[in-house]
Amino acid sequence: MLSGRTKFALSFLCLVLLINPSCFSGRRGKGDAIKIQGAGSTFINPLMQKWVSEYGNLYSNVRIDYQSIGSGGGIKQIKERTIQFGASDAPMSDADLKSAPGEIIHIPVILGAVVLTYNLEGVDRPLRFSPDTIADIFLGKITRWDDERLLADNPGTSLPSEPLTVVHRSDGSGTSAIFTNYLSKTSPEWKEKVGEGTSPSFPVGLGGKGNEGVTGQVKQTPNTIGYVELAYALKNKMPVAEIKNRSGNYIVPGFATVTNAAAETINETPEHLRVSITDAAGENAYPISSYVYVLIYKDQPDEVVGQTLVDFLTWGINDGQRFGESLYYSPLPQEMVKRASAKIALISHDGRSLRTQ
Amino acid sequence: MDNTGRQDGQPLEDASPRNSRRRFSSSDKIYRFLLTACAALIIVVVLAMIAVIGQGSWLSIKEFGFGFLFGQTWDPIKGEFGALPFIYGTVVSSVIAVVIAAPLSIGVAVFLVEQAPRSLARPIAFLVEMLAAIPSVVYGLWAIFVLAPFLRQVVFPPLQASLGWLPFFKGTPTGIGMFTGGLILAIMITPIITAVVRDILEAVPVTQREAALALGATKWETSRIVLANAASGIAGAVILGLGRAIGETMAVTMIIGNRPQISASLFDPAYTIASVIANEFTEATGDLYLSALVEMGLILFVVTFIVTALAKLLILSVGRKTQHTA
Repeated sequence: MLSGRTKFALSFLCLVLLINPSCFSGRRGKGDAIKIQGAGSTFINPLMQKWVSEYGNLYSNVRIDYQSIGSGGGIKQIKERTIQFGASDAPMSDADLKSAPGEIIHIPVILGAVVLTYNLEGVDRPLRFSPDTIADIFLGKITRWDDERLLADNPGTSLPSEPLTVVHRSDGSGTSAIFTNYLSKTSPEWKEKVGEGTSPSFPVGLGGKGNEGVTGQVKQTPNTIGYVELAYALKNKMPVAEIKNRSGNYIVPGFATVTNAAAETINETPEHLRVSITDAAGENAYPISSYVYVLIYKDQPDEVVGQTLVDFLTWGINDGQRFGESLYYSPLPQEMVKRASAKIALISHDGRSLRTQ
Repeated sequence: MDNTGRQDGQPLEDASPRNSRRRFSSSDKIYRFLLTACAALIIVVVLAMIAVIGQGSWLSIKEFGFGFLFGQTWDPIKGEFGALPFIYGTVVSSVIAVVIAAPLSIGVAVFLVEQAPRSLARPIAFLVEMLAAIPSVVYGLWAIFVLAPFLRQVVFPPLQASLGWLPFFKGTPTGIGMFTGGLILAIMITPIITAVVRDILEAVPVTQREAALALGATKWETSRIVLANAASGIAGAVILGLGRAIGETMAVTMIIGNRPQISASLFDPAYTIASVIANEFTEATGDLYLSALVEMGLILFVVTFIVTALAKLLILSVGRKTQHTA
């Protein structure tokens, strides 16, 4: 019997909802703060937080809130229009773009790199790996450190006769996507057996949660090898492997070599800027590099918010780049800054461009 | 052993709350309404959860049917999903946890109530309750940095040297895997089981102990009588611990190795249902993938239900036997 009790409960609920001030979404008056909500990539989170706070210092009326919920989550939310901008380590797929309610454009804002790190006693210079060896290690075909192929990459280094344990990401991540994208390009067997994606099914190894999980397990467990973002390996003072690129050079990952990977591929980069720069050609290009993208609707529904986003992104790819290095991100090459600016200029409201004055 | 002292502990009470009901009927009505609302809310929440999870997993149920339960592949890239390794990992790690934690916690609780002097019992009980308040991510970190290296260097080598011929102790012990996962779970559920068992033992009337001692029972025999009488309550405590072990996510995820495989070796990495949801939900793109993860949640619901029911039956039947022999 749905009697007066039910009615009482319902009216109580209504009262609670009414008292909660967030239920009112009043119109913005002059001088009020402009609120912008972004979400996505965990990889760019440290830089994004730095940008948000620096930008807030410059323009006190702008309040940007960025939530690092993962690239997949960022793509999902921007498609549902619950946020004003998303961020992703990998570009959106054609299918994802097609199913979005409006045209989404990709703006590259910074560069990142995935590195191999390991825990091996008695080896003091950085180990070197060729692409085939990396694929075979992560396919489970190389199981010992003194394997001939590893010795061939590292002449003169004595490698211990110990079993090799692989550590990979267990959570879905852009890091895994970049790493498997690289392996799929260099190894046909990898492409066929595992493929590329945010949650690949690795044939061997231990799964660590997050970059910090993989870093922790590699650091704690002898004779392990894993892949993490450059920042995590450097911050934890862990060894970083040199990787042989398409030109046959062994490359140390670093700001210059990662930016090189982007610069060397700029001519082949398509107009929409959605591009993978792993396994890049070029003498000094680090082969496991990637752009991080901000995802934004080309047609902005709110003029003030749209204008603020345009200003923020323009600031980010120009002045904002200098905050990258202390957080171990690599800056965009000059040519890409120009092309990204051209993309930002496409953002419009009611057909009028919102370009920065 | 004699059991006649059992009834003596309960004082006679003829003033039951119903008899003493007064005439303030309107305030009583509100009181009753609030209580009913609280109870109803639980049912509504559970039903709402089942409804949402059922709806969310419908796509995956339609696609894979019962095959989902027995599938052993989990490959989001190729769109193949099977739950068996996760069910196995969840059940085995929780069973390891309870097998270690239950005797340990009951021992601690008996010590606190029956043996320890008051000056010692208080601080130990406080410490135990504090252990229960430590966040699971801290347990996970401790497991990575302390427990796993300790097991790898100190415990596993002699274990493998002496019992390595058993399938349970084969493979390369990295310190990260099923055994470590089960052990950290055991450490996490010990405080809960201990605290509850302690409260239950304290509720057993002192007259029972006095009667047993008066009949010439030793401390060991007295404890057995007390335990036998508290059996159903202790069973409840153990089930509470088991429930937490099954649903525990963070600490296990950090230490179990996150590999969906069914391996007899306790040194090998494994994977639990709660872990895979926590790991992959944020980056799950594609409707089928998401739906498969939600169905994992549904399975976790069912597994929890079945395991808890089985545990209850098992412990109750054992409890009944001990009561008969006691």
